[in-house]
Amino acid sequence: MSDLTSAAVPPIGPEDHVLGEGEKLLIVYADLGCPHCASAWAGLAARPGALAFRHFPVASKHPRSPALHAAAEAAGAQGRFFAMVDSIYADRGHVDDPHLWQRAEQMGLDLARFERDRRAPDLAARVRRDFQSGIRAGVAGTPAVFDACTLDAVREREF
Amino acid sequence: MIAAGEPAPGFTLRDQDGEKVSLDDFKGRKVLLAFYPGDFSPVCGDQLSIYQEVKPEIAAKDVELVGISVDSFFAHKAFQEKLGIDITLLSDFEPKGEVARAYGSYLDGLGFANRTLVLVDEEGQVAWSYESPNPGEFPGANVIFDALTTS
Repeated sequence: MSDLTSAAVPPIGPEDHVLGEGEKLLIVYADLGCPHCASAWAGLAARPGALAFRHFPVASKHPRSPALHAAAEAAGAQGRFFAMVDSIYADRGHVDDPHLWQRAEQMGLDLARFERDRRAPDLAARVRRDFQSGIRAGVAGTPAVFDACTLDAVREREF
Repeated sequence: MIAAGEPAPGFTLRDQDGEKVSLDDFKGRKVLLAFYPGDFSPVCGDQLSIYQEVKPEIAAKDVELVGISVDSFFAHKAFQEKLGIDITLLSDFEPKGEVARAYGSYLDGLGFANRTLVLVDEEGQVAWSYESPNPGEFPGANVIFDALTTS
């Protein structure tokens, strides 16, 4: 079983999904099924500077979250990670598999590959790695934002 | 707040199904008591939801996690269902907050327990305890694993 003792937020690495560019880089641990994250997302994505998205699905609270995070990661395998994140946060009411296929099609994804990828065990492991790093960093609710340079938590009013 | 080395005060409380649960039932195993203010309040929801996500890792350390608040067991049942959690929730209902008081967790005047964690070892001794600075903050799951690694 994994070690979930306290550890600093891992610094940005090659696996991370980073939106935008600029000096001030924030890391957000977010749940794609969470309404607080959905309402924070527009502001976070629009701010100047870069933003790294890390997966933090709280499945017991939002049963569709694991599937949504897998869908985002699978879209990411075809270069459309943030398009899928934007799409899910913009409309959280239509998130069953047929809706996800529709979104994937609209984005121009190869559907067969999308389906294969989102069910792949190593993709689920990728999502789990982010989640565990959030637990170790003390994430206690979503969205949880950290400054990528200092690795300190950033309060909502400071985004 | 009760401290490591003290004997854990015994109790018998009803769980979400109305069944009696005693501290003695856990003899021979470690049990982590998570006192929290109340069902359905916003911060509580995240605390137990997050602990639920790492329940397998907690169980792998042979620790039973139990939540305790002053709510009735009817409220606990509804709260479990709403959150989609299966963590046992005990009702410290009558006398109100008696168990929370015994553990030094009860907030007089406010009428509920502060967010506190108490790890009881296999012999019924307190191995570790943690108290949140205020009821609005709760310890992340990492704090639990730190305690389980060192205790």
